[in-house]
Amino acid sequence: MSEAIDRGRRQLLTVATALTGAVGVAFAAVPFLASWRPSARAKALGAPVEIDISKLEPGAMIKIEWRGKPVMVVRRTPEMIARLDGNDEQLADPRSEQSRQPEYARNPARAINPEYLVVLGVCTHLGCLPQNRLDAGASADGVLNADWPGGFFCPCHGSMFDLSGRVFRGVPAPTNLEIPPYTFADSGHLVIGLDQGSTA
Amino acid sequence: MEAREAPAAGGRMAALGAWIDARFPMSALWKEHMSEYFAPKNFNFWYYFGSIALFVLALQIVTGIFLTMSYKPSATEAFGSVEYIMRDVEWGWLIRYLHSTGASAFFIVVYLHMFRALLYGSHRKPRELLWIFGVLIYLALMAEAFFGYLLPWGNMSYWGAQVIVSLFGTFPLIGDWLIEWIRGDYFISDITLNRFFALHVVALPLVLIFLVVAHILALHEVGSNNPDGIEIKKSKGADGRPLDGIAMHPYYTVKDIFGISVFLVLFAAVVFFAPEMGGLFLEAPNFEPANPLLTPAHIAPVWYFTPYYAILRAVPAFAGTQVWGVLVLFAAILTLFFVPWLDKAPVKSIRYRGPIYKVALMVFVANFIMLGYCGLKPAVEPFKTMSVIGTILYFAFFLAMPWYSRIDRHKPEPSRVTT
Repeated sequence: MSEAIDRGRRQLLTVATALTGAVGVAFAAVPFLASWRPSARAKALGAPVEIDISKLEPGAMIKIEWRGKPVMVVRRTPEMIARLDGNDEQLADPRSEQSRQPEYARNPARAINPEYLVVLGVCTHLGCLPQNRLDAGASADGVLNADWPGGFFCPCHGSMFDLSGRVFRGVPAPTNLEIPPYTFADSGHLVIGLDQGSTA
Repeated sequence: MEAREAPAAGGRMAALGAWIDARFPMSALWKEHMSEYFAPKNFNFWYYFGSIALFVLALQIVTGIFLTMSYKPSATEAFGSVEYIMRDVEWGWLIRYLHSTGASAFFIVVYLHMFRALLYGSHRKPRELLWIFGVLIYLALMAEAFFGYLLPWGNMSYWGAQVIVSLFGTFPLIGDWLIEWIRGDYFISDITLNRFFALHVVALPLVLIFLVVAHILALHEVGSNNPDGIEIKKSKGADGRPLDGIAMHPYYTVKDIFGISVFLVLFAAVVFFAPEMGGLFLEAPNFEPANPLLTPAHIAPVWYFTPYYAILRAVPAFAGTQVWGVLVLFAAILTLFFVPWLDKAPVKSIRYRGPIYKVALMVFVANFIMLGYCGLKPAVEPFKTMSVIGTILYFAFFLAMPWYSRIDRHKPEPSRVTT
């Protein structure tokens, strides 16, 4: 046995032990960090929601709650769809390039089927709830002028959106209203929270 | 040896002391941190705030413990349990107002304490680590205050948390995943409230206490700075003690008790007569329960966050993301860590520094208050422009420091402290 201390060997063993310990700590941390992910119950409560749209009249809207947020479903009339064109210059993001929506809703109607608009009722400014002001023209309460093409109006800070949820220029909201993932289960049923093409 | 002699010298109490000292370094700790910790004799008004901050920490821990005895961390019961504390629990209103006012008082005291460091160069070598521990305490305190603000589950609690948590959603690619991980749900819910409660009452207080101990140990290792910014350890007497030092106890313990008494008079006046401080300490929308479907007309964070909130909003979105404001916000806080190395002046104290630093520091303080004011206001003109100018001045103070602190006209430092 040599009396001399093999420092190289000692350092190697120290580093190897420390690394092994660090790997162990990293693995042990996984359950704790993963416990912060949405739980099974939270996932179940946040599951896709199916709604019946077969009785929705043209020009009418229904509002449902999905993951704690209101979702607005509007059945647009042909006149409403026609009014979506020609406003591009007044809109901040007419092609929805800066806005959040699934790829299949990145079109002027911001919809799979232009007849049905599905949009989150949460203002992209500070999360207020925009009101549906679907009728064109001046409103009875004097908030909207005669040139109002119909759409959504946020009462908190005056942000205005058209009938596709596209934001007008010169209002506080930076982007269009968000479109949630959705799909048609059949012609009369919508599923919110599930992407088009995926299966439940 | 001490243990044998003690009974004869001081009776039973001394005997007990000796018994403990043979098993735990009681007298040694007392000497090191109190009776033989020599602090400069020229401390002034600005040196009150460290001990007051320690006092407020203790106050927050004690009132917090008593609040948890009646508070319920669940979305259905939280708001009601706070009302229950305010109305039905004996003296509950006092305990709760002490805690809520204590939060604002903590930040006032800490801001004054940090200002003192900038005034007398207390962050300079050899006190860099002391300063870094201090900035970490400030960060932990901000996190602690943020988590605590959700707990009453008022509508401003809810929407304030919503805005701050959304900041993490601006990071590209991982943003959505990250906010889901922080909330543990698809929106701020009962799950979020429950984990914020755990962080507020267990995790962050432990972190804070650990950091405060490290801060004080670092202070007592290097010794306190003073209004002259010179090292008292350079002039020692024959007994090895600094000639300009006086013992922490009884000299500064007595001084600090006086400071805490004056603080308590002012603090009690707020607790009893203006606990809401006109909506600054407790915001009006928080008297309504959290409502995920109804946003308060104007969301502003509590006053101590507003300078940084103004900085966040001063940065416009570009390239399709708002992440830049968040990055600038983080940079504004990270910059604080580097101040000891950014300052290149040959002297520490404002007393011997030139006119440039004096003006720069005054502008910085006025600007910080202006930013805080802008952060309370809606993001409209003129506050938008003021926030942009304020953000530029904030960074200019720190980033131009290596340059202007070198060319400034400094006065010679004395060799011994003055009065």
